[in-house]
Amino acid sequence: MDPLVTFCLRMGDTTLILGQQTAAWCGHAPVLEEDIAFANMGLDLIGQTQLWYEIAAQAEGQGRTPDDLAFFRTERQFLNAQLVERPNVDFAHALMRQYLFDAWHLPIQEALCESGHQAIRELAQKSVKEVRYHIDRSRDLIVRLGDGSEESHAMMQGALDALWPYAADLMAIDAVEQALVGIGMLPPLDRVACAFEAETAVTLDRATLAIPGNGHARTGGRTGIHTETMGYILAEMQQIPRSFPDARW
Amino acid sequence: MYAQLVETGAAEASEKDREFQEKIDRGVRIEANDWMPEGYRKTLIRQISQHAHSEIVGQLPEGNWITRAPSLQRKAILLAKVQDEAGHGLYLYCAAETLGISRDEMTAQLLSGKAKYSSIFNYPTLTWADIGAVGWLVDGAAIMNQVPLQRCSYGPYSRAMIRVCKEESFHQRQGFDIMRQLCQGTDDQKAMAQDALDRWWWPSLMMFGPSDKDSVHSEQSTKWGIKQNTNDELRQKFVDQTVPQAGWLGLTVPDPDLAWNEEKGGHDFGEPDWSEFHEVLRGNGPCNRDRLAARNKAWDDGAWYRDGLTAHAEKRRNMVAEGAA
Repeated sequence: MDPLVTFCLRMGDTTLILGQQTAAWCGHAPVLEEDIAFANMGLDLIGQTQLWYEIAAQAEGQGRTPDDLAFFRTERQFLNAQLVERPNVDFAHALMRQYLFDAWHLPIQEALCESGHQAIRELAQKSVKEVRYHIDRSRDLIVRLGDGSEESHAMMQGALDALWPYAADLMAIDAVEQALVGIGMLPPLDRVACAFEAETAVTLDRATLAIPGNGHARTGGRTGIHTETMGYILAEMQQIPRSFPDARW
Repeated sequence: MYAQLVETGAAEASEKDREFQEKIDRGVRIEANDWMPEGYRKTLIRQISQHAHSEIVGQLPEGNWITRAPSLQRKAILLAKVQDEAGHGLYLYCAAETLGISRDEMTAQLLSGKAKYSSIFNYPTLTWADIGAVGWLVDGAAIMNQVPLQRCSYGPYSRAMIRVCKEESFHQRQGFDIMRQLCQGTDDQKAMAQDALDRWWWPSLMMFGPSDKDSVHSEQSTKWGIKQNTNDELRQKFVDQTVPQAGWLGLTVPDPDLAWNEEKGGHDFGEPDWSEFHEVLRGNGPCNRDRLAARNKAWDDGAWYRDGLTAHAEKRRNMVAEGAA
């Protein structure tokens, strides 16, 4: 596959699956303000997905639409980072997943604002404003709940312990990105991992949370290797279009 | 989404009451700090909180389809819509708080089952077409109820309703657009749309509350400028607006008694099953228990979150106090 298509799918699949997971909190969050915030973030993420898929579909040139990419691919064809498919165990997991994602998403979007590819650059310039708002919100909550009550601290530490190993998948870089960096379509991405480390070190410290120290990392999402939750997410998300493949909605 | 059966309480007419009534009759808006009869305050608290609860519970039947919306565009629109509903809940709770009740108290009333919310949300959304039907019919009926509330005598409620109504009319259009797409689609899609109309038609008509002759609380609310139209007037208006839309879609309204009455310039239509309405009000609708259970679970599961934020705020306050000492 064209590296550009692969890269756009990696990005778009990641925002789509997180948007899907985020949106599921609608009406079920701990306070009304969180219902609103999660719907709002989900909305931004779905919007970004549409933009990534448009670039991917155009670069691919096979007449597929963004909806074809969302609803008619299978588990092994999805290239999202594993972090975002981790389940909505509880609200602590949802917040921590969002924060770790944001801590990667902001620096990569900032980097992409300098992309040599016009559509990617424009997408990033639009999205980065949304992403700045997302991390302001999630960072603040990580600090307040980490350094909150004994119980909230334990909940957030538990979520961090469970999710930290998956953060590595966000940063995974292979020949695809290297090829795009080589032709100037992407800026060098090393600084994304550095920014992620700096952001999380400071914030988790303020939150009195300890980064798990065993160096254990889970990767594979970028090449279509997922966790067992992935098939269920797609089954739910794709059910209607696949039941009525000739229909338009 | 609106109040079906709001009790108004008995009002004793004092001098203050008479002055208050004159103000209302002159069309002067009542504001939070103005004197008001206890019955007026209680009626509004009940009505506004029921309305807010309806928005909150209303997230559930529609939220049920966010993860399964059949296109990215529909998913985004539905998310935006449900987010709006939560936002309506928020500013309606704020409007009720101006009357001297806290959001926590209102939430406790909802969770215990003491407070009512619109019965329509005790019906299930079974297929994607239900999301179209809810937008088209349920939001359509809600707008009928809410447009007059923009002129309600209580300022904070009236201003909240102006904002709510703008968004609701977008909601209704998106619902109708889902139905339009289904009706112009495959036979399966059209059947799905008809099935949704069949199931949502009568519950939507019930949203206006019992017939005027059986509606016990209307008179005082009307006098106080809280209620502007009778239940039957609004129901008639809704039927007259919706029947031609169903015709345009090529759908059949499931009422054998439905007919145009030239003389009255409106439709004649059948009587909803009021025993069903009262059953649902009593808590025996298809989803009453599920809806309350979902809200209770969200609240209970979120206790650690709310306590954690409070504990953090407490720590910060202590730090500031120590710094100042």
